[in-house]
Amino acid sequence: MTATIERGTATAPVPSTTAAPPAPKPRKRPSGFLGSSTGKKVVMAVTGAIMVGFLVLHMLGNLKIFFGKDSFNEYAHALRTLAEPLLPYRTVLTVLEVILVASVVLHMWAAVSLARRARRARPVKYVAKKSQAGGYVAHIMRWGGVTIALFVVWHLLDLTFGVVNPKGYDSAPADRMIAGFQPGRWWVTLFYLVAVVMVGLHLRHGVWSALQTLGWARGGRRRMLQVLAGALAAVLVLGFLAPPLAITMGFKG
Amino acid sequence: MNLTLKVWRQKGPEDPGRMVTYQVKDVSPDMSFLEMLDVLNERLILEGEDPIAFDHDCREGICGMCGMVINGVPHGEQKATTTCQLHMRHFEDGATITIEPWRAAPFPVIKDLVVDRSAFDRIIQAGGFISVPAGSAPDAHSIPVRKEDADAAFDAATCIGCGACVAACPNGSASLFVAAKITHLSLLPQGQPERLSRAKAMVEQMDAEGFGGCTNTGECTAVCPKGIPLDTIARMNADYLKANAK
Amino acid sequence: MNYVEGPEIRDTKAPSGPIEERWDKRKFQARLVNPANRRKLHIIVVGTGLAGGSAAATLGELGYNVKSFCYQDSPRRAHSIAAQGGINAAKNYRGDGDSIYRLFYDTVKGGDFRARESNVYRLAQVSVNIIDQAVAQGVPFAREYGGLLDTRSFGGAQVSRTFYARGQTGQQLLLGAYQALERQIAAGTVQMFARHEMLDLIVSGGRARGIIVRDMVTGEIERHFADAVVLATGGYGNVFYLSTNAKGCNTTAIWRAHERGAYFANPCYTQIHPTCIPVSGEYQSKLTLMSESLRNDGRVWVPLRKGDNRAPGDIPEEERDYYLERIYPSFGNLVPRDIASRAAKNVCDEGRGVGPGGLGVYLDFSDAIRRLGREAVEKKYGNLFEMYERITGENPYEVPMRIYPAVHYTMGGLWVDYDLQSTIPGLFVIGEANFSDHGANRLGASALMQGLADGYFILPTTIGDYLADGPFGEVDEAAVEEAETKVRTRIDRLMSVNGSRTPDSFHRELGRIMWDYCGMERTEESLRKALDLIPSLREEFWRDVKVTGTAEELNQVLEKAGRVADFFDLAELMCLDALHRTESCGGHFRAESQDADGEALRDDENFAYVAAWEYSPDGTPILHKEPLEYEYVKMTQRSYK
Ligand SMILES: Cc1cc2nc3c(=O)[nH]c(=O)nc-3n(C[C@H](O)[C@H](O)[C@H](O)COP(=O)(O)OP(=O)(O)OC[C@H]3O[C@@H](n4cnc5c(N)ncnc54)[C@H](O)[C@@H]3O)c2cc1C
Ligand code: HEM
Ligand code: HEM
Ligand code: SF4
Ligand code: F3S
Ligand code: FES
Repeated sequence: MTATIERGTATAPVPSTTAAPPAPKPRKRPSGFLGSSTGKKVVMAVTGAIMVGFLVLHMLGNLKIFFGKDSFNEYAHALRTLAEPLLPYRTVLTVLEVILVASVVLHMWAAVSLARRARRARPVKYVAKKSQAGGYVAHIMRWGGVTIALFVVWHLLDLTFGVVNPKGYDSAPADRMIAGFQPGRWWVTLFYLVAVVMVGLHLRHGVWSALQTLGWARGGRRRMLQVLAGALAAVLVLGFLAPPLAITMGFKG
Repeated sequence: MNLTLKVWRQKGPEDPGRMVTYQVKDVSPDMSFLEMLDVLNERLILEGEDPIAFDHDCREGICGMCGMVINGVPHGEQKATTTCQLHMRHFEDGATITIEPWRAAPFPVIKDLVVDRSAFDRIIQAGGFISVPAGSAPDAHSIPVRKEDADAAFDAATCIGCGACVAACPNGSASLFVAAKITHLSLLPQGQPERLSRAKAMVEQMDAEGFGGCTNTGECTAVCPKGIPLDTIARMNADYLKANAK
Repeated sequence: MNYVEGPEIRDTKAPSGPIEERWDKRKFQARLVNPANRRKLHIIVVGTGLAGGSAAATLGELGYNVKSFCYQDSPRRAHSIAAQGGINAAKNYRGDGDSIYRLFYDTVKGGDFRARESNVYRLAQVSVNIIDQAVAQGVPFAREYGGLLDTRSFGGAQVSRTFYARGQTGQQLLLGAYQALERQIAAGTVQMFARHEMLDLIVSGGRARGIIVRDMVTGEIERHFADAVVLATGGYGNVFYLSTNAKGCNTTAIWRAHERGAYFANPCYTQIHPTCIPVSGEYQSKLTLMSESLRNDGRVWVPLRKGDNRAPGDIPEEERDYYLERIYPSFGNLVPRDIASRAAKNVCDEGRGVGPGGLGVYLDFSDAIRRLGREAVEKKYGNLFEMYERITGENPYEVPMRIYPAVHYTMGGLWVDYDLQSTIPGLFVIGEANFSDHGANRLGASALMQGLADGYFILPTTIGDYLADGPFGEVDEAAVEEAETKVRTRIDRLMSVNGSRTPDSFHRELGRIMWDYCGMERTEESLRKALDLIPSLREEFWRDVKVTGTAEELNQVLEKAGRVADFFDLAELMCLDALHRTESCGGHFRAESQDADGEALRDDENFAYVAAWEYSPDGTPILHKEPLEYEYVKMTQRSYK
C-alpha cells in the first residue's frame, strides 16, 4: 500500500505537560465568580443588556430628528439637564456615560478573556472543520464586536466631538447630524449602514445568548426568545438607519 | 466502493503528528465506519505498519468510547449517530474522507485518534453524583417523581460522555456535557440537597480542566449523538448563578 | 483432551436452616472489621461494570482502601452500559402476586435447575434493595403519571417485575454506580486506574494478594498489592468472536486467575439471544441485539419452501411458515430465548433461512401495523426500528426485519462459594465473571440484578469476614517476581513471533469453530472436532501471529493478541465441559439428549451438579463436582408448548 505522508496544517506540537493521563491534575480553582467562564459570560450578558438598553433609547432619540431639528436639539439638551436643578448640568448624563463606558470596557474585557480561554482550549486546529449549527452569526460575534468598537470611536469623533464632522464641535447636535449625512458624504452613511447591520447581527445572537447565559432560555422558551432577539435586532437596525438614510436621500434637510 | 482516507497519525503525545493518505478498496456499503477502519488496519498490520489506533468498545452507540472527527464533523455528518453506528452507505464511491481526533487541550492526543478524556471523570468527581451510600436508601416509592420531570431528567441523562460536544465547540467548551449531568440530577427531587453546590463545583472543575467558555453557538447539540438539548446549558447557568448568589 | 475427576465440593459455606433466614444468618455470623482498621486494609477491584463499579464504590464508602481497574478510558464505559431491557426485582409494586419466593422460583426454574437454591434466594431478597438504592442515586427509571415507578413483564415471566429506563437500563444503572464510584475517588478512598489491563494474579502465602497490570498507554508493567482481590471482569462471550458483547470483553483476568488455582465452573453454559441483527458480511465485527420485546408484536416466519428467494412481500401467506406459532402454540413467538434461538437455527439448517448466507429469519410487523396502526407501533418500537434501519439500511415498517441468534451471555465463570470467594482465599469474583446464580440459562433482566446485588450488598458484607484476619503483611517477593516474569515473557513472545496473520484473523477462525461446533447445538462429534481444531489453531497462532509496534506504547494489536491467546485455552475447556455433560440443559443443548419433540432433555440423575474445573499445568483439567440439592423447588422438565 502506498502511504503518502503529508504535513497538514494542523501540526502545532501538543503540550506534553498534559500528556500523562491518570495523574489527577491539581485542582486549580480559578479566582471566584469573575474568574469562571460562566461568570465572565454573565458579565457580558449584563453589560450587553445595559448597552442594548442604551441603544434602544438612543434609537428613539435619533428618531426625533423626524419631528424637526428643535425637537432633536431639545432632546439633546434635556439629556444634559436631566434632574436639574437637583444635580448640576450633565451629571446624570455623565453618570450614564460612565456606566456605559464601564460596560463597554467590562464587556470587551470579558470577550477578550473568553476568546483567549477558547484559543488555549484548542491549540491545534482542525484540518477540516464544518459547522453544523447553521448559524453564522454566532461565529462572527468577536469580529462584530471589534467592528462595533471601531465604529463607536469614529462615531464619537463624528457626532459627539465633531472632529470629523463638517460642522465641528461648536454646533447644535441636529446640525452636526444633518451635515454628517449629506448626500455628498454617502460613504459615511454607508459606513454607518455596515456598522449598524453589524450591531444588528451582534444582537440577533447576543440578546438570546444573554438570556441563555442568565439561565432564562429554558424549557420550550428558546425558540421564542430567539425570535424575539431577531425582532429586537431588526427594529434597532431599521430605527437607527432611518434618519441617516433619510438625510442622505434628501427627504429631510 | 473505493475511498481515499486522510487520517491523522501521531505516534504519541510528543509527536507533532501529520495527515497520512490511504487508499481503501472494495468497501462494502454495509460496513460500519469502524469496520472499514478494521479492514484497513488488518492490511496495515500485514504490511508491518502500525495500524491506526482508535478507541471503541460497545460498537452500539452507547458506551461513548468511539469518536473521531469525520470530514470536519465529530462522529460524521449523520445526525444523532456515533462513529461506530455510522455506515459506509452514507458515503459516495471515490470520496475522500478526512479523519481527525477530538481536538481540545484538555483532551490530549495519546496516539493517532485516541485522546485522553479523563477530564470528564474529574468533572463528575467534583460533584456529579447524589451522595447516598449503599444501604441507606429509603423505599423507592417513598419519593414519587413527576413523570415530566423524570422524562426530562432522562433526556439529559442519556449523555454518553463521548466528548463530541467539546470537539465541535469553537471554544472547546464542555458546557453541554456538564450541563447534561447537572440537569439530570437537578430535575429530580433526590438531587435537590446538593443542587447548587454541585453546579458550582462542576462548573469550576470544567474551567480548571482548561475547557473554553460557552458562547452559545449550538455546535455541540448539533453533533451530540444523543441530542442533548441546549436548554440544559441555561439550566446549568441558572444553578451556577444561584449558587454564587448565596 | 482428557480430564480426571477430583474430590467433590461438599461445602459451599451456605448457612443451613430455612432458606429465607440464611442470608441474615450469614450476615450476622460474618465478622466485622472495625472502621479504624478498614483504612489499613487494601482491596483491588478489577472491573468497573455494574458489579465492579458498585463494589468499589461501596467498599470505599465503608472506608477500605480501594484500587479500581478497567481497560476502557473511563469506568463509565464498562460493557454493562449496553444492557437494554431492564432489571428484575421482587418489589410487587403491581400487586400482581410477585414475591421474593416467586422470583426465586422463576430463576431456579429458568436456570433449568442448575443453580444453587441458597444463592438464588438471596439474590431475590436483595433485588428489592437495588431498586431503592438506584432510585436514591437518581437513576431515572420509567415512571407512570402518578409519579411511581413503572414495570413491565420480561423474558416470559408472568408477573410485571422488570424495572426499566427506556431501552437504556444498563446505561442508567451503570452511571449511578459510576457516579458513586467517582464520589469515592474524590473522597480519596478509591484510586482509579483506567486503561490498565490485568494480566496476572499474585498469589502469596496461599492468598490472592495482588495483580500484575499493563498500563495500556505507556506499556509499563505494574504490580499492585492488596489484602484481597475482587474480579468483576464480565463475561467471555467474545470467545465466539461475533457476539453482542462489547469488543473488548475478554477472559484474560479470570483465565489467568484460573491458571493460578481458581476453579472455573460450567464454562460451556452460554446464552444465545434469538433477536439479533444477522451477519451481513465477512468484515462483521460485532452483532447488535434487538430488544426481546419486539417478539411481543412481531411474528417470526420463514418461507415454507427451501431456497425460496422471492422478496418477502411476494411470498403469499400460505407459503410462509410461522414456525414458532406452529410448534409452540401456547407461547408462540414468546418462548424463552434458548428455545427461540434453536428453532431459528433449525429452520436455517433446513435451508429455509433468509438474507445473505441464508442465516436469518423474518420478524414481521405487518400484522401489528395493520392491527394497531403504524403510529402505535412507532411509539412502542420506534427507536429500535431506527436502530435497525441505521445498521441494515432497510425500513422495517415496509420490509420485515431479519433476525438471527447471537451469543449474548455466559453463565459459566469462576467458581465461588456463598461468600463469592473463589477457591483461592482472598480472591472474590462477582457479576458475570463468576459462574453466577443463573444455572444453565439466564432469564432476561437478571444479570443486572445479580451484578448489583453482588456489588452493592453481598460482597461488601462477606469480604469483611475474610478481611477480619487482615492485614496480611508483606507479599512474598518471589511470588511477585514469578508473576511479573510470566507476564513479561508472554508479551515478549507475542512481540517476537512476527508471523503472517493478524490476531483478529485467528480470533475470527476460533469463533467460527466455536459457533459451528460448540454453539447452539452440540454433539459428541462436533465437540471432538472442535477439540481437534483448537489446539492446532493455537499452535499456528503462537507460530504465525503478527504483532506490530512495540510493547512500550499504546498497542492495540498486542492487547488483542493477548486476549485471543487466552480465548484459545478457554475455548478448549468449554468444549471439554460441553463434551462431558452429555445431557441438555438451558443454554447447553446436546443433540443426543432431546425428547421426542426435539426439546432439551436433562439428566438429573447424573448431572445435577456444578462442574468446577481445576487447572492443571500438565494440560489435564481436574473436574470437581458440586452436587446441587433442591429442597424447595421440585425439579421438573421445562415445557413451553
Ligand atoms: C446487548 C446486551 C444487552 C443486555 N441487556 C440486559 C438486560 O436488559 N438485563 C440484564 O439483566 N442483563 C442484560 N445484559 C447482560 C448484562 O449486561 C451483563 O451481564 C452485565 O452487565 C455484566 O456486568 P459485569 O459488571 O459483571 O461486567 P462488565 O459490565 O462486562 O464489566 C467488566 C469490567 O471489567 C473490566 N475488565 C475486563 N477485563 C479486564 C482486564 N483484563 N483488566 C482490567 N479490567 C478488565 C472492564 O473494563 C469492565 O470495566 C445484556 C448484555 C448485552 C450484551
Ligand atoms: C466593544 C466591542 C464589543 C465586543 C468585542 C463584543 C464582543 C462580544 C462577544 C465575543 C460576545 C459573546 C458572544 C456570545 O455570547 O455568543 C458578545 C455578546 C454580547 N454582546 Fe457584545 N461586543 C461588543 C460590543 C457590544 C455592544 C456595543 C453591545 C450592545 C449594544 C453588545 C451587546 C452584546 C450582548 C447583549 C451580548 C450577549 C451576552 C451573552 O452572550 O451573554 N456588545 N459580545
Ligand atoms: C446610525 C445611526 C446613529 C445616529 C444617527 C447616531 C447619532 C448620534 C448623535 C447625534 C450623537 C450625539 C448626541 C449628543 O452629543 O448629544 C450620538 C452619540 C452616541 N452614539 Fe450614536 N448614533 C447612531 C448609532 C449609534 C450606534 C449604533 C451606537 C453604538 C453601537 C452609538 C453609540 C453612541 C454613543 C456611545 C454616543 C455618545 C453618547 C454620549 O456621549 O452620551 N450610536 N449618536
Ligand atoms: S453531551 Fe452529547 S456530545 Fe457531549 S459528551 Fe454527552 S453525548 Fe457526547
Ligand atoms: S458549541 Fe460551544 S459555544 Fe456553547 S453552545 Fe455548545 S458549548
Ligand atoms: S463504540 Fe461505544 S459508542 Fe461507539
